[in-house]
Amino acid sequence: MNREEALETIRAVIEEAVPGADLSAVPSDENFRERLEMDSLDFLAFVEALSGRTGLALPEQDYPALATLDGCADYVAGHTGGAQSEPA
Amino acid sequence: MPSLGADMDEGTLVEWLTTVGAEVARGEVVAVVETAKSTIEVECFESGTVTELLVEPGTTVPVGTPLAVISPTAPVRPPPARGPVPAGDATATPLVRHQAAEEGVELAALHGSGRGGRITRSDVSRAAHPAPSRHPAPSRVHASPLARRLAESLGVDLSAVRGSGRHGAVKADDVRAAAGSRTGPDQAATVKEASVAAGARRAPKAAASDTGTSAAAAAAASASASTSTSDRAAIARLMSRAKREIPHYYLSTTIDLAAALEWMRRQNSTRPVGERLVPAALLLKAVASAAREVPELNGHWTDGRFVAAAGVRLGTAVSVRGGGLVAPALADADRMPLTDVMATLKDLVSRARHGRLRASETADPTLTVTNLGDQGVESVFGVIYPPQVAMVGLGRVTERPVAVAGMIALHPTVTATLSADHRASDGATGARFLTTLDRLLQHPEDL
Repeated sequence: MNREEALETIRAVIEEAVPGADLSAVPSDENFRERLEMDSLDFLAFVEALSGRTGLALPEQDYPALATLDGCADYVAGHTGGAQSEPA
Repeated sequence: MPSLGADMDEGTLVEWLTTVGAEVARGEVVAVVETAKSTIEVECFESGTVTELLVEPGTTVPVGTPLAVISPTAPVRPPPARGPVPAGDATATPLVRHQAAEEGVELAALHGSGRGGRITRSDVSRAAHPAPSRHPAPSRVHASPLARRLAESLGVDLSAVRGSGRHGAVKADDVRAAAGSRTGPDQAATVKEASVAAGARRAPKAAASDTGTSAAAAAAASASASTSTSDRAAIARLMSRAKREIPHYYLSTTIDLAAALEWMRRQNSTRPVGERLVPAALLLKAVASAAREVPELNGHWTDGRFVAAAGVRLGTAVSVRGGGLVAPALADADRMPLTDVMATLKDLVSRARHGRLRASETADPTLTVTNLGDQGVESVFGVIYPPQVAMVGLGRVTERPVAVAGMIALHPTVTATLSADHRASDGATGARFLTTLDRLLQHPEDL
């Protein structure tokens, strides 16, 4: 999965976990969990769905890397063999 | 019209999903109803043939108003307990069954007026001590102007009040009496009319509008427009009643969560993502277990005395996106393994937010937990939902300096508070509850 595909998947997964979320208003380097007021269950639903789509285990200690859209995209691309655009 | 929350006093019939002449089975969805908060799929309480639909789509009626007449297909109406009861649904709580046994009342002969068609303590009391004259709730209630004003301010449904005035007119004293002992409208006597009021499911407003007829959709839309106002009014009534009637006392303690969260982290590292825990699951499980250990706070204030509940039904306040709050009850969390509590919590919250709650899941919490932690506040002192006698508040999990073996360390902590009804318990009991909660959270492996 390259970075662009990863980003697309991530956006779809967030919109699934948080129906009605306006992702266009969230800068890609900002903490979307805070911005979208996701609670711990929302975030877990996001992680679960992302894990399902990507096949990645997404262990809890890696959650900090998943805080922003950029971070998520780099992480997913990096762990699925896709090229990272830039070092995170 | 079923009552689906302590703060619901009327509902709008959006759509019929059955017709006159249709055979219906207990548990079948027969109507869509909209309340101030959400849209609910109403399940049938009886099996039989629909002989009359009493309420037109688009009509708003008070809780307790018969919606339809169902004639039993069999000559003898089978006891409700033998019907195809949906999982988790029950027509009476163990406490009510116990009361019925004591008072010699046949539960099968009663119509539940509680949420989800449950038989309430009042239903049993009324059957055990019938009033001299009893009428089915009339569609238009005769009441004195003072009684109407009082009913409005006390949040009492007039059509559920037995009037002692001439021709059954409701007088102010009747309203005061009803406000004191109210758990539901008086339907116990209307045995011939099987009112459609039982298990129900909540569905999101928008979805219901889509499925409704055009008239119904228009009604739903107009109801939505006034939702925030009527919702506020309902909350205002309930909270005013709580603060007027309940002498609250408040306690607070800060609990060290280092052990609990470290245990959870280790658990989660070995669990697949679908079974991972969140701190809320540990906290709710611990609160439920503490409620079992301190039963003086788990139950209801009814008819001037505290009645302990047989089991723990933890009302869990869930904020719904776009505003609003629903408090589905987490049943028997004290007896469930933590993994099941987590799964149930995920399921309840998800359905509360996406609109698939059943009425039985909103019914009769014995103790409520409010968790404003995700909003970032350190502590919250809640207002008790009558007739419950306590409310637990959980703040944000935050790092604080704590003393450990003579040294200062930074540990994750949570401030747990208790608002309790001083009529039902004293501060020492409340303190025992919070101490118990603290102790349970120091041994997460036993949760």
